[in-house]
Amino acid sequence: MNEIVDREEIAPDTWRYVVRAPEIARRREAGQFVVLRVYDRGERFPLTVVDSDPDEGTIELIFQAVGTSTRMLAQMHEGDQILDLVGPLGRPTHIDKFGRCVVMGGGYGMAPVIPIARALKAAGNEIVGINGARSADQVILTERMEEICDRVEICTDDGSAGHKGFVTDVLQQMIEDGEQIDFVLAIGPTPMMRAVAELTRPHAIKTVVSLNPIMVDGTGMCGGCRVEVAGETKFACIEGPEFDAHEVDFDMLMKRQQMYSDMEGEARRMFKPHSTPLGKEEHPGCHCCEEDDNER
Amino acid sequence: MSGKKSEGKQSMPELAPEERIHSFDEVPLGYTPEMAVAEAKRCLQCKRPLCVEGCPVFVQIPEFIQLIAERKFTEAARMIKQTNAFPAICGRVCPQETQCEIKCVLGKRGEPIAIGRLERFAADWELQHNEVEPPERPEATGHSVAVVGSGPGGMAAAADLAMWGHDVTIYELFHAAGGVLRYGIPRFRLPREILDAELDYLTKLGVMLRTNFVVGQTATIDDLLEEHDAVFVATGAGLPRFLEIPGENMLGVYSANEFLTRVNLMRADRFPDYHTPVHCGANVIVIGGGNVAMDAARTARRLGSENVTVLYRRTRKEMPAREEEIEHAEQEGVQMHFLASPIEIEGDEEGWARSITCQQMELGEPDESGRRSPVPIEGETFTIEADTVIVAIGSHAHPLVPETTPDLEVSHRGYVAIDDTGATSKDGVFAGGDIVTGAATVIEAMGAGRRAAESIHRYLTDEDPPNGMSRSD
Ligand SMILES: Cc1cc2nc3c(=O)[nH]c(=O)nc-3n(C[C@H](O)[C@H](O)[C@H](O)COP(=O)(O)OP(=O)(O)OC[C@H]3O[C@@H](n4cnc5c(N)ncnc54)[C@H](O)[C@@H]3O)c2cc1C
Ligand SMILES: Cc1cc2nc3c(=O)[nH]c(=O)nc-3n(C[C@H](O)[C@H](O)[C@H](O)COP(=O)(O)OP(=O)(O)OC[C@H]3O[C@@H](n4cnc5c(N)ncnc54)[C@H](O)[C@@H]3O)c2cc1C
Ligand code: SF4
Ligand code: SF4
Ligand code: FES
Repeated sequence: MNEIVDREEIAPDTWRYVVRAPEIARRREAGQFVVLRVYDRGERFPLTVVDSDPDEGTIELIFQAVGTSTRMLAQMHEGDQILDLVGPLGRPTHIDKFGRCVVMGGGYGMAPVIPIARALKAAGNEIVGINGARSADQVILTERMEEICDRVEICTDDGSAGHKGFVTDVLQQMIEDGEQIDFVLAIGPTPMMRAVAELTRPHAIKTVVSLNPIMVDGTGMCGGCRVEVAGETKFACIEGPEFDAHEVDFDMLMKRQQMYSDMEGEARRMFKPHSTPLGKEEHPGCHCCEEDDNER
Repeated sequence: MSGKKSEGKQSMPELAPEERIHSFDEVPLGYTPEMAVAEAKRCLQCKRPLCVEGCPVFVQIPEFIQLIAERKFTEAARMIKQTNAFPAICGRVCPQETQCEIKCVLGKRGEPIAIGRLERFAADWELQHNEVEPPERPEATGHSVAVVGSGPGGMAAAADLAMWGHDVTIYELFHAAGGVLRYGIPRFRLPREILDAELDYLTKLGVMLRTNFVVGQTATIDDLLEEHDAVFVATGAGLPRFLEIPGENMLGVYSANEFLTRVNLMRADRFPDYHTPVHCGANVIVIGGGNVAMDAARTARRLGSENVTVLYRRTRKEMPAREEEIEHAEQEGVQMHFLASPIEIEGDEEGWARSITCQQMELGEPDESGRRSPVPIEGETFTIEADTVIVAIGSHAHPLVPETTPDLEVSHRGYVAIDDTGATSKDGVFAGGDIVTGAATVIEAMGAGRRAAESIHRYLTDEDPPNGMSRSD
């Protein structure tokens, strides 16, 4: 179960994994995610299901290796099995015929945009994609966006590919140019989603964001993922992860995401990359240390 | 420390408080064989044993106690297992003082028999001496049952159904089985080796376990009914309630569920060896007065917090927690602050909780639960330091199954509605435990699981089960 059938580094520290998970592949819809645990001392952490192939029984995950758990995942090999994989979780995206939609992703955020863009397209919407990253080598999934969207704008912070600037600059230009925009979907770092919300608010353009608070179970049982939307507390894992951008308290979300930042640093220091002497616990599914510690 | 020989019950040796707070080792150490035999000999072997009426699964109490008195310890454990497959768990976590022991005739004049401690003793003996043997399985009936949720309700139902020859698969959303026994109740009250051994017994009975499977998401009840002939829903009341006061989403504010799950299931007590972190500041405030609050407070002490205070809006007399738990918490240095009801959590620039402001309460008239209800004293508030706040004020029904099963009727506030047989409004679907009653006890969930198992057996075969619960009364 949960075998990694294909893996590829699509940008520096950004990985695309195809994983065998027939039950999830069969049922998942756009906007849903899975929770993983890569070894028996590991954390549970969420990743969006980017695509699935129900016939092959596989799902596709795209993630950035940012901390302990994601870096451990990035060190696994083809043929390895992910210890725990549960889903699909969260509510599927509400898909409608909105008209002309702008879908935008920043960094790894482009990945979760893909399934939603595809579903919006299938529902008969016209789609403009804005694909942004820090620099050219970090722009991911352009081909797939081009397949789905009617038009794709690329931008980089340093101008090494496409427009020079942020995804919000492109959106602002579109608004100033008087382009028709009926719906905006933005996924990426929280400050980017907040900036998009501020941009579309005065124009009353319906805007949806996918929030990424820290999660434990992903099924409503801990309340760790709570976010404030329209002044009410919501559990992002069962009532989200997508919410109306104009109602979200981004300030609180950003603070809550930092809750363990000091401890995450400590965990990362414990985690030794491949080139240094290895302790067997550090390397799940990595073939330099075959034995596994079975303690639960 | 040893048990006193007296008219009262044999006391149980315990780990000293100063040792306890440095480890998650079990606190009550259990009876020695001598203590157990002495305690068993106090039992009057009543012809009409009232104690049995107090037990939700009708454990054959005088019979197993007699076997202990005769030093037939393993036989005693097997006697209990005829009606309760998990005595090592129940002997530890049952609130015996309000169930079996409160009914014991000896309690009228002196102290009741320590039924729970004896139950634990017999079960531990069997485990420690490797004498656990799974009962013989009858011929397979060819029927297949899905059990949703691996907490005590699901475990008890699965054990009976497997014993009657049905093919049983438990579906569990977490990566490990046990429900609240795994993620809620701390290991210093229920060591994980005990839980694992009891779950192992289930596997030996032939029960299949599918972890990482969320019914309602990975598959619906209707999907399960395509593969199985009946479904038992025991998904518990796992949704944490919050206070709905300002500041509740500050950093450092946890539900007891999250705090305990991080420590019990994810081993945050061993961070960074285990990667899940937990924050436990110098000043910990736990809100609530039940077992869950006591478990959270005692866990916080073990994580090294010096100042752990339980805030409860009534007084000690009204606390729903077991007396033993309150005593243990106090011995471990947990402070109790009564007649206080939180109204706001204040924080710093970065959003971290720093203090909590409470309304001073007093006791008024009894409410529908018979306990005197707290009423605010106008204008009297106070503020105390708090950098970790743990909210333990109860839970809601888990919504995933009801929401994705349109023809499953719910009763009050999302709990699943059943008739006296445990059947729901949907053909072939039964339910029991906290998802029906709201938060209750381990043994009540087990009782509900066993009752439903009987009904499922009848539903599948049109016959009474070979050794159902109904026989015991
Ligand atoms: C519903 C949902 C879907 C997600 N989908 C994807 C996805 O498709 N691809 C992907 O790469 N990531 C996704 N994430 C984010 C991913 O879960 C985090 O990157 C991961 O948990 C980090 O774990 P770590 O141990 O590697 O890093 P840590 O050491 O825990 O953290 C490293 C850094 O990441 C930040 N961080 C920690 N947790 C999160 C989080 N939940 N969200 C954002 N930042 C976090 C920390 O503040 C820190 O700066 C998703 C998150 C959610 C809630
Ligand atoms: C901290 C704490 C301490 C307690 N202490 C005591 C005590 O000392 N004594 C006592 O008698 N009682 C105690 N209780 C209460 C007791 O634990 C519960 O009443 C009992 O566990 C209920 O059993 P259950 O089987 O109904 O549900 P649970 O134990 O809640 O188990 C439900 C299981 O179903 C799973 N699940 C939920 N939804 C799904 C789904 N959609 N798909 C798949 N799986 C699902 C959950 O993950 C869980 O494993 C305590 C409770 C808590 C929280
Ligand atoms: S199962 Fe619980 S209530 Fe029943 S006899 Fe044992 S300790 Fe008492
Ligand atoms: S009521 Fe008390 S004395 Fe009588 S049989 Fe039960 S445990 Fe023994
Ligand atoms: S992650 Fe636990 S409730 Fe959402």
